[in-house]
Amino acid sequence: MNIDSIKEGLVIDHITAGNAMRIYNLLGFDKLECSIAIIKNVNSKKMGKKDIIKIDSNIDINLEALGYIDPGITVDVIRDSKLVEKRHVDLPETLHGVLRCKNPRCITSVEQELSQEFMLTDRENRVYRCVYCEAKAN
Amino acid sequence: MRSLINILDLSVEEIDRMLDVADDIIANREKYSEVCHGKKLATLFFEPSTRTRLSFEAAMYELGGNVLGFSAAASSSASKGESVADTTRMACCYADIIAMRHPKEGAPLVASKVTSVPVINAGDGGHNHPTQTLTDLLTIRRKKGRLNNFTIGFCGDLKFGRTVHSLITALARYEGIKIVLISPDELKLPSYIKKDVIKNNGIEYVQTTDLEAVLPELDVLYMTRVQQERFFSEEEYIRLRDSYILTRKKLDKAKEDLIILHPLPRVNEISTDVDDDPRACYFEQALCGKFVRMALIMELLGIHLD
Repeated sequence: MNIDSIKEGLVIDHITAGNAMRIYNLLGFDKLECSIAIIKNVNSKKMGKKDIIKIDSNIDINLEALGYIDPGITVDVIRDSKLVEKRHVDLPETLHGVLRCKNPRCITSVEQELSQEFMLTDRENRVYRCVYCEAKAN
Repeated sequence: MRSLINILDLSVEEIDRMLDVADDIIANREKYSEVCHGKKLATLFFEPSTRTRLSFEAAMYELGGNVLGFSAAASSSASKGESVADTTRMACCYADIIAMRHPKEGAPLVASKVTSVPVINAGDGGHNHPTQTLTDLLTIRRKKGRLNNFTIGFCGDLKFGRTVHSLITALARYEGIKIVLISPDELKLPSYIKKDVIKNNGIEYVQTTDLEAVLPELDVLYMTRVQQERFFSEEEYIRLRDSYILTRKKLDKAKEDLIILHPLPRVNEISTDVDDDPRACYFEQALCGKFVRMALIMELLGIHLD
């Protein structure tokens, strides 16, 4: 299967197989007007199977959200058909505007204009807590 | 600008130093009577409170400062829909330091992010209440002479009891603390505090529903009220309200040098016949609250006496 290589854009690689559509939807890629290729179940030596998303435009991407959804992903930045940067995305220490606090006692439940911020409190179990009320994200 | 939102904002050394200052204030009241002359404390209380607000106000007056503020959301612009951030921005135009109580968790943190003056969290929902913790620590240290090597029982509402959460968090940093958690199943300590604070710090703990069985082991008994305002269901509140009532008779089995603490207000969880027992320290605890808040206000305003 051949997908054209991109001249200016991003390659989101090492996505856990099956996660590509989730990333596509959660990061709002459906609203982009550039060409996007979603490649599922690609053979990978390291992962067995993986997904890849290729975006034919150098868009700003929410790395925090990406790391939260699927830590271990890499983002390749392509310029003039060359790889100029490889970003390794890990579980982020903080999340801004990715999750919403569901605690009805939290100040963010009544003051909607406050930014939704979460902090990683337990890396092993991937636990994030609201910075305001410390309620666990779920 | 330094604020106090969570007890962990203060190091153990800072807490110990502040308790030393509080002890010195108790011993030398005159020395501190004018140290905040010309300074103003804004008490922004969006939720009713007796002890906390009065002790903050008394603390500032005893330091020679002045106080302004409100004691209910209804008497502030919050009733017109003003945000916490805007109310705080306004208050810091008029005051040198802010003490805020709010029913919503995280409101004092929001305030601390927009203000140019120190903000003290005077209680935010069921979340944190760091100045009550400083009060508790001062009382324990004055009564026991130490903040390490004792067994403390927490009894009652351990689920919504913010004073319990903050005190456990603070004590986790001291050596040789054993914790006994006494509550009905519905009001158990949240599992994340048990895991993140108690287990992760290797603290010995016991969980039980039987107060009388563990009473003889305790050096400190921290009673709490089942808080009606934290329940969405009246029925559940009424069912759990009378779970534990400490009486003089039950204290027969307790140690002679036990100290009984309660953040107050109490409803019926400590019978009034306990009040005359020398082990009852909750009213003295309320007094300690004023002195430790004096020490805190001085610390956050950067006032240090030799």
